[in-house]
Amino acid sequence: MGTSGPLTDDGLVQLLSPAGERVDHPEYTPRVAHLDADALRGLWRDMVLVRRFDTEATALQRQGELGLWAQSLGQEAAQVGSGRALAPQDYVFPSYREHGVAHTRGLDLTEVLRLFRGVDHGGWDPEAVNFHLYTLVIGSHTLHATGYAMGVQRDGAVGTGDPERDTAVVTYFGDGATSQGDVSEALVFAAVNNAPLVLFLQNNQWAISEPTTKQARVPLAARGPGFGVPSVRVDGNDVLACYAVTAEAVERARSGGGPTLVEAFTYRMGAHTTSDDPSRYRSAAEEDYWRQRDPIDRLEKHLVATGELPDAFREQVQAEADALGERVRTTARALGRPETSTMFEHVYATPHSVVDAERAWFERYEASFAGGEK
Amino acid sequence: MTQRLTFAKAINTGLRKALERDPKVLLMGEDIGPLGGVFRVTDGLAKDFGTDRVVDTPLAESGIVGTAIGLALRGYRPVCEIQFDGFIFPAFDQITTQLSKMHYRSRGRLTLPVVIRVPFGGGIGAVEHHSESPEVLFAHTAGLRVVSPSDPQDAFTMIQQAIASPDPVLFFEPKGRYWEKGDVDTDADPLAAPSTLDGARVLRSGTDVTLVAHGPTVGTALKVADAAAAEGRSIEVVDLRAISPLDITTVAASVRRTGRCVVVHEAPVLYGTGAEVAARVTEECFYHLEAPVLRVGGFHTPYPVAKLEHEYLPGLDRVLDAVDRVLAH
Ligand SMILES: Cc1ncc(C[n+]2csc(CCOP(=O)(O)OP(=O)(O)O)c2C)c(N)n1
Ligand SMILES: [Mg+2]
Repeated sequence: MGTSGPLTDDGLVQLLSPAGERVDHPEYTPRVAHLDADALRGLWRDMVLVRRFDTEATALQRQGELGLWAQSLGQEAAQVGSGRALAPQDYVFPSYREHGVAHTRGLDLTEVLRLFRGVDHGGWDPEAVNFHLYTLVIGSHTLHATGYAMGVQRDGAVGTGDPERDTAVVTYFGDGATSQGDVSEALVFAAVNNAPLVLFLQNNQWAISEPTTKQARVPLAARGPGFGVPSVRVDGNDVLACYAVTAEAVERARSGGGPTLVEAFTYRMGAHTTSDDPSRYRSAAEEDYWRQRDPIDRLEKHLVATGELPDAFREQVQAEADALGERVRTTARALGRPETSTMFEHVYATPHSVVDAERAWFERYEASFAGGEK
Repeated sequence: MTQRLTFAKAINTGLRKALERDPKVLLMGEDIGPLGGVFRVTDGLAKDFGTDRVVDTPLAESGIVGTAIGLALRGYRPVCEIQFDGFIFPAFDQITTQLSKMHYRSRGRLTLPVVIRVPFGGGIGAVEHHSESPEVLFAHTAGLRVVSPSDPQDAFTMIQQAIASPDPVLFFEPKGRYWEKGDVDTDADPLAAPSTLDGARVLRSGTDVTLVAHGPTVGTALKVADAAAAEGRSIEVVDLRAISPLDITTVAASVRRTGRCVVVHEAPVLYGTGAEVAARVTEECFYHLEAPVLRVGGFHTPYPVAKLEHEYLPGLDRVLDAVDRVLAH
């Protein structure tokens, strides 16, 4: 790793070393003090399930069952750690590879397949799980999150001291996204409004083929302070550290302390999407370096060393993962082609004569084939 | 020398010639360097011309176009790549309020020879924002030239003419046809050839109906003409090449011969290119028309999910249906 520039590992909050040893941090260790062996096993289970989901979905794409797949591989600690630090009333605005966060929100992961199978532009009810739809236009949703947080403020759901009422909004975006004007504008609006927002940046070191050095000369966390948004860098492959810094940022937001930028320093272990071929732009040595720092292995080593990962639990999680894999395969294959008429639905919330006329024309046109002649 | 090239390779070869010809030409965009672009249209160019001339930019379309304007003011000829049609909108402000108007505002003192390449159109089974046809949003803005090649030879010629043009050019590339092959004369000097940026062409002559298309639907129109020929109907296919300016002279001359006109494009019909063509044809050849001008295209809905896109897109059957309807008059 370099020692300067956006890919330095200087100043990363770490609570678990890559070897799985606990690292003490005066500020953040207390944030995870309440996580007992059960809770740690729970985080491990989350990550294992999310990885299995991702692996199955990737395989389904290869078999032609999905049009595309954006892998979360390697980012499980950043996503699960941050997601598990949230309360039910918190609201999340993801980008498009936050399957790990989706899982922590209680979204049935098979819902995520709909978008990638090409049967839906969204796929789930965002308000049912406080997890907004994926946004494919880079950075746009960071402003939506900011505005949502401004609404939370107006609703008086900040700084009441009631842990079930005070609400934080969290938005996820990538290193590439930090270059978009919308993301700078989100920082501006969040700062001047003191919005209850956590800007969770997963610096996975690549924006398709462009390394983070194409987006910045300094660590991305430095983007925050100039806007008046405090920031923190965290080892994104350390699930405990991600939990701890998110818990702190979320608490600040809920209590009226304003926004925080979290830079989780992680690695996109897979391709950008199944359409991408990383061998064209990055080295096997680099991939290997990061494989040694796999986020799941890290927690696993810790649990094994402390004797907290009994075989029975492993087997149970293995069985759960197998069942999830099976469900993912059958659900994906069963997602049929939507009725053609659905194309004309929900363009507007109220009747629109042009859409109605086009739909009527299309139905007549389709019917003309049904009769065997047109 | 005539070479058999894919559409993508034809543009790649045209870009290479432009980079060789003029040291002021530079390419800029996301992932266009070592990766060669997500469609490999710039494959090999960073290696051969250096990353100073084939630039991987930060991920910001407004930044790409805005800095291209500055580079052009300094005497460069930037060719920007927007990764997909649906991602041009962060740059919409720069394109419509700045790029299009600088020549006008400066009373001709300043020119902005910027080309913006946009892979556009559907049919590739993609997720949202990757299949759209936003060309008329730009055609509606004075000061921008808006063109779309329909085959490899034209792509090779048009990209070089676009780069040589002193005007800003929105260059819409039919991404669904990137892998189709065609013969390309790579030795011909496109700058000596007649302009393709404001001239439609009759691609196939016929006597019964004029079928007007551009970009990806030109191939569809040719297939329609084949299918109709099998039923004894003779279709003339006009490839617009440019949406702005619209070469209505060529279209009207054809309609005066055939008396019937159908316009086809992937973009929504409502307020689309077809609306302009239909209005102009009605003005220019009212007394030659045997039937109303019909339009076939996308609906007034967002581009639908991939599993329904072939119902949304104007395919062979929908165009043939319109041809039948104009012939029924
Ligand atoms: C406005 C916009 N421009 C371009 C793209 C094409 N695109 C999709 S993902 C991507 C890279 C994003 O990188 P990053 O923000 O680091 O997120 P990651 O994919 O690494 O999670 C690009 C350029 C897009 N989706 N939206
Ligand atoms: Mg990234």
